[in-house]
Amino acid sequence: MLLEVAGLDVYYGAVHALKGVSLNAGAGEIVTLIGANGAGKTTLLRTLSGLVRPRAGTVRFEGRDITRLPPHEIVGLGVSQAPEGRMIFANLSVEDNLELGAYRRRDRPGIAADRARVFQLFPRLEERRRQIGGTLSGGEQQMLAIGRALMSRPRLLLLDEPSLGLAPLLVREIFKTIQEINHAGVTVLLVEQNAHMALSVARRGYVLETGTVRLEDDAARLLQNEEVKQAYLGG
Amino acid sequence: MSEFLQQLVNGVTWGSVYALIALGYTMVYGILRLINFAHGDIYMLGAFFGFYAPGLIVAAGARAGEWLEGAHRVLHGVPVLGPGLGRLAAALSAAGSMADALQALLVLVIAMVGCGLLGIVIERGAYKPVRRSSRLAALITAIGVSLLLENGGVLVFGPDPKFFPQIIPSSNIALGGGVTISNQQVIILTVSILLMFALRFIVTRTRVGKAMQAVSHSHMAASLMGISVDRIITFTFVLGSMLAAAAGVLVALQNPKIEPYMGVMPGLKAFVAAVLGGIGNIPGAVLGGLVMGVAEVLVVGYVSPTYRDAIAFVLLIIILLVRPAGILGKAQAEKV
Repeated sequence: MLLEVAGLDVYYGAVHALKGVSLNAGAGEIVTLIGANGAGKTTLLRTLSGLVRPRAGTVRFEGRDITRLPPHEIVGLGVSQAPEGRMIFANLSVEDNLELGAYRRRDRPGIAADRARVFQLFPRLEERRRQIGGTLSGGEQQMLAIGRALMSRPRLLLLDEPSLGLAPLLVREIFKTIQEINHAGVTVLLVEQNAHMALSVARRGYVLETGTVRLEDDAARLLQNEEVKQAYLGG
Repeated sequence: MSEFLQQLVNGVTWGSVYALIALGYTMVYGILRLINFAHGDIYMLGAFFGFYAPGLIVAAGARAGEWLEGAHRVLHGVPVLGPGLGRLAAALSAAGSMADALQALLVLVIAMVGCGLLGIVIERGAYKPVRRSSRLAALITAIGVSLLLENGGVLVFGPDPKFFPQIIPSSNIALGGGVTISNQQVIILTVSILLMFALRFIVTRTRVGKAMQAVSHSHMAASLMGISVDRIITFTFVLGSMLAAAAGVLVALQNPKIEPYMGVMPGLKAFVAAVLGGIGNIPGAVLGGLVMGVAEVLVVGYVSPTYRDAIAFVLLIIILLVRPAGILGKAQAEKV
């Protein structure tokens, strides 16, 4: 397994945000994590990236325990995240944002090649390469957030609600690109509220409810699951 | 008219010193949302490090000279290396009489390096442990560090003023139209402008500078890029402390009387200058410093020297009433 999460317990003050969450992702998979607002999806991704310290449980990446590593070292190991709300550096250009994504790398030719690859995935970003991040549209910012996360050449990409606030056509486009990224060999852990979209691109899925894993199955079966249909697919 | 121009020259020179100090306030605020109240005392320590630097240079020169003499005696049989060492030894022994400009430059560099290192100690020792506590705790820590440096200064340097060595003898240069500028003012202006351009280059063009901008935007986003936020914060303290040290030495070249509380007023005024320009905004700190310097000199010249210190706070009150975000700052709602 590329990523193995076991018995994760996370508290925010007195709030028990994650209660013994276990999940895993194999190399080359797209795994999705669906659930309502406040279920703990973002908390889980933050814990994986080292931004939140769990009280108990372990996170293993490529067999190595990364539970207590600081965020910047986790990025160095090959796990990067396009976070909730995109967190684009609003005062910096598209190019500078991408350059910061490759902060830990020193191989200039490799960085240039990966930037070209990002521009190939998102031609809009190349058109706007000198534009300031804060002036991009929501969709372009999402593209930049994903592109920036790819610049560290991750083996595991964590995506937090890439469809949030985007028009349906754009959502389809973004999801197509996510599949392309996955075909190129990057494992993807996709957190989504748009359960239908997420389950249709993923191989497996987890349903998170108030901090616990409620269901875990192949994505195709979850799409047919009555409970999931009721709660997340609008009947 | 010529009097006004003269005041302007003096004001801009004085303002460039405020700007150097204000840059440290604004950079640290930009990255930590912390008002580093000890920053004015770093400026004071810069002047004191500069004060002790010539002695250090002479002693180090003499020591190295002796050592090389010894090496010369042992190796004098060796061609090239032997005579070369002898000449180097003689040169270093004469370090005390080295050219004024070179010595001043060395003094500046020693003070900047000294304060840069002190910046690391203060950040790691005092601020880092309270970083996750409330902002009030950090603010009180800053006031504590300031008091520690001032009273520590009294303890170490003594309460009596010291007189900074006149490394560069003063002379005046006529600019025409009855306006003159002293060679020391020229040095202050040149060095501060060079330092500001160097800072601008670091912040906008280098990898670490872009990381500073990223951290200033969001610690979380920066760490997701693989940036070690701690390291960038320390680096920011080093940069700010070095600029304040430079300001301390530059001012002491012109006004040689230095004492452990000399940083209080300039520190406070430079803080006001940073707020004036828009705290967190680097060009704003430079602009705020210049406005502050010119305003102060004009008030002294045309109103009354009594109001010299008051004008800073009048400016502060006006800017807070009219444009709280500062001249170049962007208004933003405080998240509660």
